[in-house]
Amino acid sequence: MYTEKVMEHFRNPRNMGEIPDADGVGTVGNPVCGDLMTIYIKVKDNRLEDIKFKTFGCGSAIATSSMITELAKGKTLEEGMKITRANVADSLGGLPPIKMHCSNLAADALHAAIEDYHKRQKAKEVKE
Amino acid sequence: MDHMAGKPVDHRVTEAMLPYMESSYGNASSLHVFGQEAKRALEGARAKVAELINAEKRESIIFTSGATESNNMAIKGVANRNKDRGTRIITSAIEHMSVVNSFKFLTTRGFESVFVPVDKYGFVILENLENVLSDKTILVSIVYANGEIGTVEHIKEISKIVHGKDAYLHVDATAACGQVLIDVKKENIDMLTISSNDMYGPKGVGALYIKEGVRVEPLLHGGGQERGLRSGTENLPGIVGFGKAAEIAKMEMQSNSLQLTRLRDRFIEGLLNPIPYSFLNGHPTERLPDNVSVRYSFIEGESMLLGLDMMGVYASSGSACTAKTLEPSHVLLAIGLKHEEAHGSLMFTLGKENTEEQVDYVIGLMPGIVKRLRAISPLTPKELNA
Repeated sequence: MYTEKVMEHFRNPRNMGEIPDADGVGTVGNPVCGDLMTIYIKVKDNRLEDIKFKTFGCGSAIATSSMITELAKGKTLEEGMKITRANVADSLGGLPPIKMHCSNLAADALHAAIEDYHKRQKAKEVKE
Repeated sequence: MDHMAGKPVDHRVTEAMLPYMESSYGNASSLHVFGQEAKRALEGARAKVAELINAEKRESIIFTSGATESNNMAIKGVANRNKDRGTRIITSAIEHMSVVNSFKFLTTRGFESVFVPVDKYGFVILENLENVLSDKTILVSIVYANGEIGTVEHIKEISKIVHGKDAYLHVDATAACGQVLIDVKKENIDMLTISSNDMYGPKGVGALYIKEGVRVEPLLHGGGQERGLRSGTENLPGIVGFGKAAEIAKMEMQSNSLQLTRLRDRFIEGLLNPIPYSFLNGHPTERLPDNVSVRYSFIEGESMLLGLDMMGVYASSGSACTAKTLEPSHVLLAIGLKHEEAHGSLMFTLGKENTEEQVDYVIGLMPGIVKRLRAISPLTPKELNA
């Protein structure tokens, strides 16, 4: 039911783990629904210098998390915000229809992490 | 190791069926020689299925297209035929979808469906059953043993309670029949659903035992086959195969079940002991010999299945992510599991061809699969990943 690309990312997820001193963290989903993703980002010169993920969920949840870290790494924050769920699914050679909604949250998690980064920057500016 | 989803047909069953596909293709309703030969085969199979469950006579067995039809027929057939006596119908919270959805359908037709809760092992709570049984109750439908968690219900006690209020008792024995000795007379069961494939017979055939005197209305109207209760030309090869499977089950059930129970207990112990935060679903001893249902905290079932699948092992999960509905199994929720616990469930149903080596192979794989997924999961406590 999954493409070889999905299985490959499931077997060898890229950028799995946490960034303890992350500049932004985004969590989406809910263990009740069976999918929970956290994306950690490190930002330098407006670029996503480092990105890592942790995911509770099915095979496609893990594969989409892994895929988005590959798509986003090195991109500017604006480019990161433009990555969509469809981009992630396409890059994996497609997802089963039923998985398109429930397990394709990685783009949302990335956007949440970038928004968290902006929020933190604003808070810093206010302090200064 | 996903026998609940489908079992291989026993080669002796296939051999018994072959003549009825190639040379003896008569219609049991015909008067000529071919037809009479078909009729004999049909009645022979009926007798064998009747013997397996100790039915009082072979005519109590009505052949159907499988367990789903048998459950629909028992529930809708009794409800519609007996609504002059009352409209309350009762079932449990851990039934197969063919029972659940028949009850839901009847709710839209003026019946009052009541779902009785189960305890943490999956046993129907008898006091609750007693409390909802009224004089207006016409039917109670309870699973003999649930295939997802394996718990074998206390049918004898349920039967006493139900008959105390003069309601009919239907029992769905799809997962249990052929593994556990069922005696419709001793257990005082009015209707019993049996499936052929669940006892190594062909798919697409099953039966409904109906005790003499039980008032049932047919689902299918037509030429009046099966005493007018199930019209349509009989699926003779399938029925003959079912009969053979029932005959083999009767002979070999005891030794097979002993062997499966040993294998099951070795499997459960091996899946749980080496792994922290792992639990058994269902009852440790009052469970089907073939059923192994466990859960692991912090990870999700489908990703475990994929991990096993990569190593050539096939199982199933109660997680929403393996289902069409996006809801975790209602059975796992009914035994009190939280959604996230139900998502972490893993089920194996063993078959008579499974070996100790196979079981040990899976036991050896599991710690690695769980550890890897726990390392990926944000829910895992830090000390577990150390």
